[in-house]
Amino acid sequence: MTTMPLVPVEAAPPCDSRACVLETRGLTKSFGGLVAVNAVSLRFLERQTHAIIGPNGAGKSTLVNLLTAHLPPSGGRILCRNTDITGLPAHRMTGLGIGRSYQKTNLFPSFTCFENCRLAAQTRLPTSMRFFRPAARYREINRHAEAALDLCGLSARRDRVAGTMSYGEQRQLEIGMVLASGPEILVLDEPLAGMGREESERMVALLRGLAPHFTIILIEHDMDAVFSLAEVLTVMVNGTLLETGPVEQVRASVAVRDAYLGDGAEAY
Amino acid sequence: MTSIPRPVAMLLIALVVLLALFPSCGGLVFPAKHAFLMQKLAGIMILAMMAMSLDLLVGVTGLVSLGHAAFFGLGGYALAILSPEYEAANIWIVLPAALAIVAAAALLVGFLSIRTSGIYFIMVTLAFGQMGYYLFNDSRAAGGSDGLSIMETPAIEIAGRTLLKLADSDSFYYLVLALFVGTYALLRMVLNSPFGQVVRAIGVNENRVRGLGFDPVRYKLAAFTLGCTLAGLAGFLAAAQYGFVNPTMLSWHHSGEALMMVILGGMGTLFGPAIGAFVFELARFGFESTTDHWQLLMGGLVVTIVLVLPRGLAGLLLDLARRGGKQP
Repeated sequence: MTTMPLVPVEAAPPCDSRACVLETRGLTKSFGGLVAVNAVSLRFLERQTHAIIGPNGAGKSTLVNLLTAHLPPSGGRILCRNTDITGLPAHRMTGLGIGRSYQKTNLFPSFTCFENCRLAAQTRLPTSMRFFRPAARYREINRHAEAALDLCGLSARRDRVAGTMSYGEQRQLEIGMVLASGPEILVLDEPLAGMGREESERMVALLRGLAPHFTIILIEHDMDAVFSLAEVLTVMVNGTLLETGPVEQVRASVAVRDAYLGDGAEAY
Repeated sequence: MTSIPRPVAMLLIALVVLLALFPSCGGLVFPAKHAFLMQKLAGIMILAMMAMSLDLLVGVTGLVSLGHAAFFGLGGYALAILSPEYEAANIWIVLPAALAIVAAAALLVGFLSIRTSGIYFIMVTLAFGQMGYYLFNDSRAAGGSDGLSIMETPAIEIAGRTLLKLADSDSFYYLVLALFVGTYALLRMVLNSPFGQVVRAIGVNENRVRGLGFDPVRYKLAAFTLGCTLAGLAGFLAAAQYGFVNPTMLSWHHSGEALMMVILGGMGTLFGPAIGAFVFELARFGFESTTDHWQLLMGGLVVTIVLVLPRGLAGLLLDLARRGGKQP
């Protein structure tokens, strides 16, 4: 896999025996005259950690919002396990196994940690239009919520009101909520944003533990974290793909160095 | 919100017990005004049901409706129109029919308004409410601005035997008390259910609910329909109590008062708006009987409570219980 040649993305051949779980074909989003994401074609393979980096304004967040149906694309298609899912509403993504976290902390601050995760776990029910039995008595759902709390390292904070926790813990909870919904694909939008070093290290350890079990699409600015987590790296500049391929190869690419990585150190 | 602290729960139970004892023991305390006060309390319990049902929309789901009274009034008009002219209506028929009419109307109004949010939702519900008002105000069949009278109040019958005559003030009082407590229990049950978790979450962060995988529109519509139908139940009882309906039941003033009860009591707590209804109505009664300028005093009371207690009376009670719980 490390010897895979760097080829133009438009002609990307099957490069791995692992199944492709999510794919974009010529995905485009323009806001008025600004083309934020320009004809992006990417394949995300099962249980692969695929990082997307690029300078501010490269279109990374827009790409995430397109992948999770938070924005409708202007052109191109999105396929999930070879099924066209372009144009489906955002609330259908969880059912397809796509879970996302947000760049800005986005949870229910007046709920406890457990309630946050339990709500996410409720998406495993065919419907939550259930009015009679208390949510506390759905044993399966509660078990999934507890398991997610455990995975994200917040079991000890179970009954803390989410809004009263530290920023780092809220970011952890964000991941816990994604896990509780039982996804196969994790789309993580800058999980390390705004974190201190110690908090970052804890988060990287958490993500490393998840990596063997999930397809992870990781948007991140922290290069150390990216290099330690990702198998495949995509570099975006001005809404287009600059390079995509195994991490070491992209890292070595002259074009990427010139455009973005500087001398391999953090460019910003 | 998840669970009520014990001291507050005890206080609420004590208040309900007092209400239950009033028909038999109230006469000892207020011998001169017993019958009048009993009617007053039944009326307040009906308004408290309306306030709790509005809390499901405003305090829990974040749907600030200024058209709630329209559904209250519709429940009342449904009883008046469905009642036979010269005999008591059978409540097993008129009550479900009235609730079905209100639910259908709520579903329609909700379907058309729920996609808007914030100030637009307020405006749309206000507009629908006023449409309801003028529909009854301007239609001759519904008695126009004079309203309609219900000659015989409904009776509860089982197998041809009359169990309860709503015209009897004791029976009516206990029926209202049972439905008041029942409404609270129903709403509490719904809030604890998976559905309740979703609508609570919508009130906090609707976009995140969508991102998690729920379609907020469907849940908001279900909550709206349930809340409005319960308001219809309250309106049904109000019509049965006074034997009379008129368009002011639907007016936006009435919606505004219900909203004030919710805010005074404490949004999203369910028991708060019920307390709010009692405080609001008893204060009005007190001020009305002392001065002609009672509305000034009412305004002052509302402003004071809102300024001093931003989370309402329920917030005060919950804080006191929490502080008391930490000391021993």
